[in-house]
Amino acid sequence: MTNDDIAVELVGIEKRFPGVIANHDVSLTVRRGTIHAIVGENGAGKSTLMKTLYGMHQPEAGTITVNGVEQHFKSPSDAIAAGIGMVHQHFMLADNLTVLENIILGSEPNRRGVLKLDDARRRISELAAASGTHVDLDAPVSELGVGQRQRVEILKVLFRGARILILDEPTAVLVPQEVDELFGNLHRLVADGATIIFISHKLDEVLAVSDEITVIRQGTTVTSVLPDAVTRSTLAELMVGSELPSPEGRESVVGSTVRLSVRGLTVPKAGQRNPVEDVSFDVHEAEVVGIAGVEGNGQYELCEAILGLTPVSAGTIELAGEDVTHASTRHRKAAGVSYIPFDRHREGLMLDSPLWENALLGREHEAEFAKGPMIDTRAAKKDCREVIERFGVLTPSESVPAFALSGGNQQKLVVGRELSAQPHILLAAHPTRGVDIGAQAAIWSELRHARDRGLAVLLISADLDELIGLSDTILVMYDGHITAQLDPATATPEMLGTYMTGGGMTGGGGEHTAEVLP
Amino acid sequence: MTATAPLPDLTETPEQPAARRGLLDALNRTPATRTLTAGVILLLLLSITRVITGADDLTSSGTMGTTLRLAIPILLAGLAGLWAERVGVLNIGIEGMMILGTWFGAYGAWQYGPWVGLLLGLLGGAAGGLIHAVATVRFNVDHVISGVAMNLFAFGAMRYLSELAFTGEQGGGISQSPVQQAAIPRFNVPFLAGGQIGNWKSPDMLGWLENKHWFFIGDVAGIARGLVFNISWATVIGLALVPLSTWILWRSRFGLRLRSSGEAPDAAESLGVNVTRVRYGGLLISGAFAGLGGAYLSIVASSYYRQGQTGGRGFIGLATMIFGNWMPTGALGGALLFGYADALKLRRADSITALFLFITFVAGLLMILSMYRRKTVPAIAAFVAAVLFLIAYETVDEVPESLTQATPYVVTLIVLATASQRLRPPAHAGKPWRPGEGH
Amino acid sequence: MTDQPPTQPPAQTPALPIENASKSLLASVTTPTSNPGIQRSLVTLGSSILAVVIALLISGILLQVTGKDALTAYQKMLDTGLQSDKLLEMLQRATPLMLSAVAVAIGFKMNLFNIGVEGQYLFAALIAAVVGAQFSVWAPLHVLIILVVAMIAGSCWAGIAALLKVKRGVNEVIATIMLNYIALSVIQWLFDSFFRDDSVSGLNVKTKLIPESGWMPDLFGGRLNAMFFVAIAVVAAYWVLVFKSRFGFRLRASGLNGVAARTAGISSGRMVIVALLISGAVAGLIAMPSVLGEIHAYGQGVPKQLGFAGIAVALLGRNHPLGIVLAAALFGFLDSTSGALQLEGIPNSIIEVIQAIIVLTVVIVNEAVTRSMNRRTATRTARQLEAVVPAAGVAAVPA
Repeated sequence: MTNDDIAVELVGIEKRFPGVIANHDVSLTVRRGTIHAIVGENGAGKSTLMKTLYGMHQPEAGTITVNGVEQHFKSPSDAIAAGIGMVHQHFMLADNLTVLENIILGSEPNRRGVLKLDDARRRISELAAASGTHVDLDAPVSELGVGQRQRVEILKVLFRGARILILDEPTAVLVPQEVDELFGNLHRLVADGATIIFISHKLDEVLAVSDEITVIRQGTTVTSVLPDAVTRSTLAELMVGSELPSPEGRESVVGSTVRLSVRGLTVPKAGQRNPVEDVSFDVHEAEVVGIAGVEGNGQYELCEAILGLTPVSAGTIELAGEDVTHASTRHRKAAGVSYIPFDRHREGLMLDSPLWENALLGREHEAEFAKGPMIDTRAAKKDCREVIERFGVLTPSESVPAFALSGGNQQKLVVGRELSAQPHILLAAHPTRGVDIGAQAAIWSELRHARDRGLAVLLISADLDELIGLSDTILVMYDGHITAQLDPATATPEMLGTYMTGGGMTGGGGEHTAEVLP
Repeated sequence: MTATAPLPDLTETPEQPAARRGLLDALNRTPATRTLTAGVILLLLLSITRVITGADDLTSSGTMGTTLRLAIPILLAGLAGLWAERVGVLNIGIEGMMILGTWFGAYGAWQYGPWVGLLLGLLGGAAGGLIHAVATVRFNVDHVISGVAMNLFAFGAMRYLSELAFTGEQGGGISQSPVQQAAIPRFNVPFLAGGQIGNWKSPDMLGWLENKHWFFIGDVAGIARGLVFNISWATVIGLALVPLSTWILWRSRFGLRLRSSGEAPDAAESLGVNVTRVRYGGLLISGAFAGLGGAYLSIVASSYYRQGQTGGRGFIGLATMIFGNWMPTGALGGALLFGYADALKLRRADSITALFLFITFVAGLLMILSMYRRKTVPAIAAFVAAVLFLIAYETVDEVPESLTQATPYVVTLIVLATASQRLRPPAHAGKPWRPGEGH
Repeated sequence: MTDQPPTQPPAQTPALPIENASKSLLASVTTPTSNPGIQRSLVTLGSSILAVVIALLISGILLQVTGKDALTAYQKMLDTGLQSDKLLEMLQRATPLMLSAVAVAIGFKMNLFNIGVEGQYLFAALIAAVVGAQFSVWAPLHVLIILVVAMIAGSCWAGIAALLKVKRGVNEVIATIMLNYIALSVIQWLFDSFFRDDSVSGLNVKTKLIPESGWMPDLFGGRLNAMFFVAIAVVAAYWVLVFKSRFGFRLRASGLNGVAARTAGISSGRMVIVALLISGAVAGLIAMPSVLGEIHAYGQGVPKQLGFAGIAVALLGRNHPLGIVLAAALFGFLDSTSGALQLEGIPNSIIEVIQAIIVLTVVIVNEAVTRSMNRRTATRTARQLEAVVPAAGVAAVPA
């Protein structure tokens, strides 16, 4: 492999954020004219790496070489000038403008301000033909499906002269047919001389389409392999690591009453594949059911559906035998559901309000805090102080505004609030994200105690320590389906990794067939 | 699937349906042909109404002329709202900017002449647009609050300036300006409306046709003559701004970037568009339109500034913009519609009741269309409307002025409440935005 | 608000360089104390005062540029306004402003913009005046009935906008603006067709006079109407409702973070309707000082534009009960000096200009101050805590 063949070379990249090392000593070599995949779990550092390559931030150390020339990108414009184009996971398109307008925006061919639309059309048609795509240039983007929108994003970068394309989780929202079309386009582009880097956690697809695969784990490169030389299981193990924490040996206290029962649940979303598809499971009294899976496989929508925040198109949800599929959120909360949200800022806190008001949110109707139609401020503050103490929230007082706390302490407050509501069912979405080690242990301890006292917990997490350590049983979610049910005591990294990345879907691959609860 | 072949459909002979469908397809093909067809049909109905009720004012050139005079300020206000929202900023302060336009326009016309007046009015409105831009774009003030502040400010500030500039002048005072001596010239188009070529006064063909009161032809002549008789150059400019706006917004680089700032500023920014600069530009233009509309009021529609002259037109402009689906041609349509209703009121009181009969016919037509398309709810609604308006036509002698004032607002609410799927406001209009928040 | 599920953990507030720890005024104000509530209130008050000062400066420049002496003008305003009978006039003028501001503020607390206060209060005034003139009972009861009718009428008119928003998704700003003008039309029609009292000749047309039992008494030798105390009571009720009641908690939560409120089970549709209904009810009282205290009917004497003035007062008072009272007093003070200014040769419309500029300055200054203060509070809290507990390792890694 001569240097001429190398389109992109990253050596020793180091990227730090406050309190966190995102990339450490990362190296990547991408040959021109190939499709190169970068795989890794959430938080492994792959997106950060690509953003560095695209000039969205600068690395603390390391070199970036594009087509043999060392580069120091100050902004995406520099990267674009060097021929790199990035298609983000969340498209940036103007719905009410036409495809043509979206593509040329910012780089419009013009004569003294007047748009030269015919020139644009000609160029785009050539590019479209070269990549095997077909789009109606005059259609408003709002009318396009997700797969077509992605094509528009690709045309956008091609229009600006990109020869190296970075695609971030391109198949996240595509249906299988659209995935095939996309891969067809990618092959055509590569045949035309382009280089493609794409990030994914879906190993089946990666193995099917890429020419070379680089695995990143915990911020650093693990290895680069050729797809022919590796099986999915080995790849999964490389991604996840070869050691899993072992669960504490303990007595199972799982009760017999079913607190939460979900059957055939399907959640729709406009314009794309159903985020949740035919999901069924039970959570019993005094049980922690863990849901493993790469983020973005429907876990968020599943929680929204259980809470009643988003409508379902099929299936039922039962809380302790009562059908709540169409009940209001208030009703479900009154029936004893608590929720530690995915995004505490967006879904859980009023940042400008004092802590005690935040601690009251969702619980203001409880008898303890009610003085007739008024709020018993004293009782609320007292309760907040108890939460602060029990969960170790570091704050000068309960009247400090929430934004003044660090993320970890905010998380502790939210966890404390939800547990203090004495729920029957707790939906916990990565409850210890952003929390320091000591507090993490404390929260785990609280969750275990609550479980032992009868709480039913649906735990969603990408942290395998957390999942293995807390769960009585683990379900794996992929592409909106439950693909496997595993016993934490016997689960291996290979198994977890396989199911989390698409194994078990088509029936082939794993020795353990998916045995989902009745 | 049955094994036997389906029975032949005996209700239609094979040739006819193809031809009929061909005609319907041809008429329905592009928005232009659809509008043209609709226009012709409506004109036919209007003509029928005129013949039945004898209300010649429905299609007279006098009514059309008044319609234009009343519609232009509304049109300009609607365009002002449109340019602002297309760039992503709600402009509730159009009324205030129009007030600036009326005052500065009248002042300029009084002191220097009508054309200078129009220019000053335009600049005055643009200044208002600039203030709105600084508040909303630079300081991220809520768009509605800034608009409300602009209205309050303009109202008080122009009163203040009036007291300083107009008191003591002949005909002037705190609440009005002295009368202007000169006016924007008007003209008649030669041959169609008796315009002059050199010293020769050409024949007034449309006028002659109109006076014959022939069915349909007379109406077309009347309406057409309203557009070419005693037309002010300012009106021509106002009308020309519609295709100009359309062209700039859809065919120029500036226009595309402007629209993208209102649709998806994050996407635009990521592609190198300076959204801040574009928003300033759009709001300056918006203010200029509002100012021009105000100046038209105090220079063309009348010849002096009067406090309260704008009379809520800034808000009718918003209504027109919504009614016109944020398109310049739509705004023109809405303005003409509202202006027409206003103009009829001014001519003769019973013309409005004649309009009821026209609406009855239109509702009946809509009912037939809905039934043809098998949409029951709109069909029933149209039927009910037809019946109501027929009753109104028979029983009501004179519609109270106070109620007809509310027509544009009621129509807008109805449109908003029922047709919200077809409305396409710019996606990001009115939402707060800061540069650099994209990724 | 995007509907995308979050894919990244929320960003940490970036650590900023800590300023010199020596006592600066701002520093002492922003040090977290055991009662940050009072501290924040003081800062808000300060920023509002700053905004008024800036507005006065700008208006002063406008005055100078147009050939009037700003200092004389302001001096005259102060001299006149502080006289005792003028102070009573200030309270009198502040009364409807307080009511209007409370009506608007209830909406603001939920991020709803009820511009329709203007139409709601006029409509309510007409209905209340007409109903009140139909009968005569024991005075306090009569007045109470009129007030209640006014509140119901205002509520109904606001209810139209609420329904349009919740059932058809019509933006409440546009809907209420349209309804304002429709209200004017309807009022004019009702007045002309049914309610005008034609037995009285003259230019000042109004509805039938309300019998004396329906009059709100004047106090202090006729200078101040008792509606002032009703307005104070309404402000107090606003305070209790919004800041102490369960409903108020839900209202504020919906305004502060709609997503979090929904997640916590608060139904946004229901909150919108109730909030607008209450706002309309309060709006209904705005013209009562003039209807019950002055004209005793509905007619030309009923002041217009009070709805927009209420928006200005609510913004200046930061939707806070005490702030609203102070802001209304300030506006009333300014208004009371208008006669004196006129005598001095300075157009009294400058007062409206000042008020309009205040609207903009108060919002801009408040936003700037709040952002800066939030940053400082966050930094100092972190620093304070770091001194106690050294930073431990953090569990997760942003993608």
